[in-house]
Amino acid sequence: MKKKLLPFFVVIIFGIVFIVFYKGLEDTNIYTPDLNVQKDIPIFNSKDFYSEKVLKSSDIFEFDKTYLLNIWSSWCVPCRQEHPLLMTLKQNDKIDIIGLNYKDNKKNAVKFLQELGNPYEKIFIDLDGTQAIEWGAYGVPESFLIYNNEIIKKYIGPLNEDLISEIKYLIK
Amino acid sequence: MKILKVLLVIFFLFSLSSVNADNQDEINKITKNLRCLVCQGQSVYDSDSEFAISLKTLVKQKLNEGLSEYQIYNYLKIKYGEWILYDPELNKNTIVLWLLPILIFLIGGAIIFKNFFFKNK
Repeated sequence: MKKKLLPFFVVIIFGIVFIVFYKGLEDTNIYTPDLNVQKDIPIFNSKDFYSEKVLKSSDIFEFDKTYLLNIWSSWCVPCRQEHPLLMTLKQNDKIDIIGLNYKDNKKNAVKFLQELGNPYEKIFIDLDGTQAIEWGAYGVPESFLIYNNEIIKKYIGPLNEDLISEIKYLIK
Repeated sequence: MKILKVLLVIFFLFSLSSVNADNQDEINKITKNLRCLVCQGQSVYDSDSEFAISLKTLVKQKLNEGLSEYQIYNYLKIKYGEWILYDPELNKNTIVLWLLPILIFLIGGAIIFKNFFFKNK
């Protein structure tokens, strides 16, 4: 009896291990960030890009309004790519685009906006990158669709035409 | 009197550097347990990416604000999810991870025990 039990257990253990690893095969090994971790927008104080006055998050984001928070920087090449798309989105009056200038040099940032246009309603500054972490961001560019002070959708990486039409569809 | 002053200054300098060192130790300890989400296989402590640099600054800020190590972990868990921590917590997703090694160890031990003792008999 005892001799029969041992192979039985061994088979079961190998079975369990096999199932665990086999299931693991189905998952991608590339990490895809959990996009729905944080819902509410963070409460923060930051500086305004132009006036350098202190901006409160409640001054920027009003209830019952849709916003697109875009994290950008003049040194970021993909930001340059998505910028014309933001300019077209600016024409849509259902949404306000808010900029978060990430670890940037003001002179370069101003030049960037002069060159490519300014789609932002308001811009606030994040010199050391901690502001972006409050938002749960990974880097630049990144965009957050916000409604009623809640993050509805998070776009990591540059926006493209498909995503812009998705945003337009969502805010309809 | 002069010697006393010098000694006082030296004492002050030493105590100051040890305060900073404590803080730095704490920062290192925390950042070693944080995964750099934009790098592959590196902790925040090891990485020099923009993300990691910002996170190090943030951990320092939070410590200065008086948050404890676990409060910082919880704070980051809300922002980025459990994945940012190297030390996974015991929950329904990680139960196999935690229990499998113990199970294998126990069963292996049982097999060895059985073979060793019962064969001798």
